[in-house]
Amino acid sequence: MRFPARLSLTAGLLATSACAPSATNSKAALSGPDPAAAAAPSPDPRIGLLPGLFDAGEATWNLRVISKTAPPEEFVGGINSDLAFTGKYAIQGNFSGFQVWDISDPSQPSLVRGFVCPASQSDVSVYQHLLFVSGEGFGGRLDCGTEGVKERVSPERLRGIRIFDISDILNPRYVGNVQTCRGSHTHSLLVDPTDAENVYIYVSGSAPVRPATELAGCSGALPDEDPNSALFRIEVIKVPLARPEQAAIVSSPRIFSDLVAPQEHGMAPDDIAAIERAREGGAFVVDIGGDPYVLPPRFTDPLLDSIAITSGRTAPTAADSMALREALPAILAEIMGDDNSLRTGPTQCHDITLFPSIGLGGGACEGYGFLIDIRDPVNPRRLTAVADSNFSYWHSATFNNDGTTILFSDEWGGGGGPKCRASDPKEWGADAIFSIADQDMKFRSYYKLPVPQTPQENCVAHNGSLIPIPGRDVMVQAWYQGGISIFDFTDPARPQEIAFFDRGPADSTRLTMAGTWSAYWYNGVIVSSEIVRGLDILELLPSAFLSQNEIDAAKSLSADYFNAQAQQRFVWPPSFALTRAHVDQLERAGGLAGDRIASVRRDLATAERASGTARREALTGLAARLEGEAGRTRSPAKVRKVASTLRDLATATR
Amino acid sequence: MRQRSHLATGALLTLTMAACGGAAPRPTNGSTSDLEVLYRARTDSTRMRFTEADVRFVTGMIRHHAQALVMAAQAPTHGAGPSVQILAARIMNSQQDEISLMQQWLGERGEPVPEVMIAGTELILHGTEYALHMPGMLTPEQIWKLDEAQGTEFDRVFLTYMIQHHRGAVTMVDDLFGWDTATQDGVVFKLSSDIQADQLTEIARMGRMLAALPDVPLGGVR
Repeated sequence: MRFPARLSLTAGLLATSACAPSATNSKAALSGPDPAAAAAPSPDPRIGLLPGLFDAGEATWNLRVISKTAPPEEFVGGINSDLAFTGKYAIQGNFSGFQVWDISDPSQPSLVRGFVCPASQSDVSVYQHLLFVSGEGFGGRLDCGTEGVKERVSPERLRGIRIFDISDILNPRYVGNVQTCRGSHTHSLLVDPTDAENVYIYVSGSAPVRPATELAGCSGALPDEDPNSALFRIEVIKVPLARPEQAAIVSSPRIFSDLVAPQEHGMAPDDIAAIERAREGGAFVVDIGGDPYVLPPRFTDPLLDSIAITSGRTAPTAADSMALREALPAILAEIMGDDNSLRTGPTQCHDITLFPSIGLGGGACEGYGFLIDIRDPVNPRRLTAVADSNFSYWHSATFNNDGTTILFSDEWGGGGGPKCRASDPKEWGADAIFSIADQDMKFRSYYKLPVPQTPQENCVAHNGSLIPIPGRDVMVQAWYQGGISIFDFTDPARPQEIAFFDRGPADSTRLTMAGTWSAYWYNGVIVSSEIVRGLDILELLPSAFLSQNEIDAAKSLSADYFNAQAQQRFVWPPSFALTRAHVDQLERAGGLAGDRIASVRRDLATAERASGTARREALTGLAARLEGEAGRTRSPAKVRKVASTLRDLATATR
Repeated sequence: MRQRSHLATGALLTLTMAACGGAAPRPTNGSTSDLEVLYRARTDSTRMRFTEADVRFVTGMIRHHAQALVMAAQAPTHGAGPSVQILAARIMNSQQDEISLMQQWLGERGEPVPEVMIAGTELILHGTEYALHMPGMLTPEQIWKLDEAQGTEFDRVFLTYMIQHHRGAVTMVDDLFGWDTATQDGVVFKLSSDIQADQLTEIARMGRMLAALPDVPLGGVR
């Protein structure tokens, strides 16, 4: 942390409040991350925050709140949902419609259009001149009326995808619908890199199937009763960009079929410890369905006795015990038979995150997490599935930037429950982080908001996005009334929180639906959709966990549009900030000696002051020196990474 | 000493937050107190968009959930395996929270609120005139059979009965969705959809767990 000297005494406290001063950039070029004050604030200031609907107490750490904007009058009392971004606009879904905010001045977002058109949950995506909005509930109307639909079967009802033309964003034109059997709880946009004419939408719906009398062909029967069942499938919509009104379902992939129960790892550490204690105590521990299982004495004692009797002894010995241990797997296999594949997989996904540049999708599908091959957009194919006995309801997925790690969230309780109390296990309602290798997923760790919330605050893992910190995997995530947590999961086995923002409960007397629905990075800021309180915009502050250079490098990227469930790969343009971010990481990891780090920074400063050929030569000279010494350092790969960013920067220098 | 430094920290935090951290949001129009009044008026009026079918569903589901608590509470005392222990603990947590939410929903709408009392395998509900028996609920004989079971046998009986119980809840949601005008209330739509999605997911998980159980009679093999 870098604060003016006179503030240094209270710096630790100030950093936990919204009014911490922004660090100046001037010193960042020469100094790296501050090695001091690396610890999270203690006691955690998120505990004991004052309640309030629009005036709750707040705690922030390594973040600054730039603006908090209440909903426009017509949306007050509604439920804000997800966000999508295009150009200078943030589009915020609401169960009553959607709101378009101009966020070009993040300190003063201005509402440019509120469009009333009720539907739950109004999940939004944008692509070019089109806006897509999900409708799932029974009250959504084709004509956007607010009176709802009372009849169980009605030609007025919209459950599916609404399509708007936002060429003139001040006046969105409602150009079409695609009705689906289960409606659309969420949807994901798929931009096929080989198809410039169309965009695809994967629809997920978790509500019941509507009757065939309302939408022809809909059937909620099990697939063995009706092969055309709307269960056990997703819908793929193809949208011709020039003719969006012709959008239609082009396939209903049965990505759940033939799902054999995957191995579950997921015992809580306490349970694992109990098993280990039993094992050390001599208990017979066997593997059943992927979980270790302590066999009770009433099961093993008769077996031991029979082994002893067979050997002519009256009481079992250690040798008999050993013999039983060896024989147990075969005995169990015989007992259990091979009828082990019950066909009771998921019937739907909650959400699917699509990452076309690596050809993969991450499906969060009821009791499973899927890795999906999406290279053929119309015919996605399940590659592998994982399950987890600590996970209740797989909600959404986020890949890291190089596609080697995937994080799934568990929306235990559906988002309305207070699942972050001190009594709630930290493996439940959390994120589960997996490594991806050879088209398979391997569990590495859980991450849950590391501070308890009150019973009046709905809290569970919810929507987030990567923050484009080069060289690291950093994510910002919404936890409803648990607020916003930013964490580093570069090492998927050791996620660590590095910043947060939280408010006190919306109501201290009862549980109400409130909090951050989603929090995403978009072009330099973090934008959060607060269910009742409106739109919050925050910015990162440098800390021991994140340097100003790393923040500047993240801000050097700019996107034309952003949809969280349609991941785009970050490619950082060459810049001094990018190189310095990697140097800061090298220093943080102890990859180069302190004096060498200092001299690299001096050389960079010299190069930055130069221009043209002199700058190019300074950059390539430093790159060559680093490449030469890389093999003798503690982090050869990282030193070479710094060198390669220097060469890119030299190439980009005119 | 320690006490004093804590007080000082608290005072400083309060100061910094009063200065800026807790500042009210910039209203798009009107003041924040106007906003709060509007919020209360809106939520109060949408709250009254419920029907008798919604009330019957919520009241019935409280009773249905309460029996799941009775069942799940047996797991720690009946030698359940680790997977069933985790499952039972999560069912207790989830369904207790949902009962609280449903009680709050009824109370805020001026409807009678069933109070749940559990003593061992006895379930007593006060304050409701609605149906006593819901789809999938265990008979007294089944409750007794569950209480008799131990270890692996408990796991098997528990999973079998909880699948039956959950299927009943799914049927209750299907029935609710069959009524005209039901679930116009957003809370009931969300609650019932979540219950159905959660319990279908758990039915699938319990089916896998049941299939993975060793076929061992109580007390050993052969």
